[in-house]
Amino acid sequence: MDRERFMKLLPWISTPLLLIVTVVIWKLSTTAFDISPFVLPPPEAVAQTLLEFSRQPDTWLVHARITLVETVVGFGFALVTGVMVGAVLGRIFWLELAVRPLVVALQVIPKVALIPLFVIWFGFGLTSKVIIAAILAFFPIMLNVLLGVRSVEPGHREVMRSLNANRWQTFSSLDFHSTLPYVFAGMEVGIVLALIGAIVGEYLGGNVGLGYMVVVSLNALDAPRLFAVIILLAGLGWLLFFAVNGIKRLMIPWHESVIETGIS
Amino acid sequence: MAAAPAVPELELVGVEKIFETKRATTHALTAIDLTIEREEFIAIIGQSGCGKTTLLRILAGLVRPSEGAVRAEGRSLWDGAVLDTETVNKLGIVFQDPNLFPWYSVEDNIALPLKLRGVDRKTRRARAHELCDLVGLTGFEHAYPRELSGGMRQRTAIARALSYRPAVLLLDEPFGALDAMTRDRMNLELQSIAAATRATVVLVTHSINEAVFLADRIVLLSPRPGRVRSITPVPFSRPRELELETQPEFQDIVRKLRHQLDEDT
Repeated sequence: MDRERFMKLLPWISTPLLLIVTVVIWKLSTTAFDISPFVLPPPEAVAQTLLEFSRQPDTWLVHARITLVETVVGFGFALVTGVMVGAVLGRIFWLELAVRPLVVALQVIPKVALIPLFVIWFGFGLTSKVIIAAILAFFPIMLNVLLGVRSVEPGHREVMRSLNANRWQTFSSLDFHSTLPYVFAGMEVGIVLALIGAIVGEYLGGNVGLGYMVVVSLNALDAPRLFAVIILLAGLGWLLFFAVNGIKRLMIPWHESVIETGIS
Repeated sequence: MAAAPAVPELELVGVEKIFETKRATTHALTAIDLTIEREEFIAIIGQSGCGKTTLLRILAGLVRPSEGAVRAEGRSLWDGAVLDTETVNKLGIVFQDPNLFPWYSVEDNIALPLKLRGVDRKTRRARAHELCDLVGLTGFEHAYPRELSGGMRQRTAIARALSYRPAVLLLDEPFGALDAMTRDRMNLELQSIAAATRATVVLVTHSINEAVFLADRIVLLSPRPGRVRSITPVPFSRPRELELETQPEFQDIVRKLRHQLDEDT
């Protein structure tokens, strides 16, 4: 019992400790090894910039909001199309067989390599970033849903059959619930990829977004600012992931992934 | 005075089942004639692979016989390839695996058949609670299946099958995965459930003891293709207690059945 309690508390103790250790090593390496502050700014310089950020939120909040919108809208498109395509391909076997080589080929393309193309096609505005975010998030969602609709337990199907359930009843009582954990597994991967897509899109074109702030800080050789923006991006990533994770906990409280590990 | 039912509850006439796949043809059952009376408790035993599960699935309308007729209360289960759903709705089936839906609580699992039948929520809940009492799950109505022990899961599955008051309860080795002690207890409970609900019960099992303890008649199937090798009546009065298993009369029937099973190998 005590051991169990300890195990539950462990991540809450270890995480701050590890963070402190990281900052200490960071600080020591800046002083002990005489690393140029352009390469690795000392932690207090980054903290200083973050403090400035918090005093003047309008310098970055606009950018953060834009990156957030690109990511969420792109992810939303990916979710809708991914669930639809995944469900259709999962149910219609011959169709999946017919498009499988193409899907695999598309999937292995390093999709960020296509970003310059999208910039040419859709301009430097939000559209190209939304599309990139959507494409990156689409594949994990679609593939998980495809797997999910095929992973309904035969025994459960048999129960519905023995109870003379019609198609709609079988869907709403069985397929829907059974596939939901797969949808969330895809979403948790997808949301992170969508953010990556939006940021890389901003690196390559446009003049808004946190990705753009990264590029500007780099061009100005402002290392503390660069670090601070990266920390903001990490925060945005956490926020989005835990939002998806939170919805998952609400929607499928019965699932193993929600009960056993605590997170994810 | 109620007239004695003229028609048997369940009837199999000349049932054959042949499974055909690309690689093999399996003759699972042949020349099965079996009549099961109302409120009778029938156990079907036989070696593994003798087609006893197939027989039960034919009774449940999940498998269509290749030849022959299946009738429930005199009505044929199949009209050509079409299942008579009205008749099937009077059957309750419990599988080897409880097959509970992990996303539903015990209560919602039990009430699932009622939900599919369009019964309103309040009535469903009341019935689920009633059944929890019957199968000994009171206090676990809101638990998820993963929070239950194996025995409790199978009780939930039995309660689910009983929810719509089926005239016939079909059980396919429901306690096969349970330890011996839990199994004894479940057998006692099954006996009292059968008495309380006055359902006709068909139980497939590979345990001779379980069959003799529970059944009014025991149908022994021969190895593939399965046919009815013998039908053994069990004369003990009810309710039966666990000590019955130590009685010489009980042992005699077990021995006789064991002998028949061994002869087939």
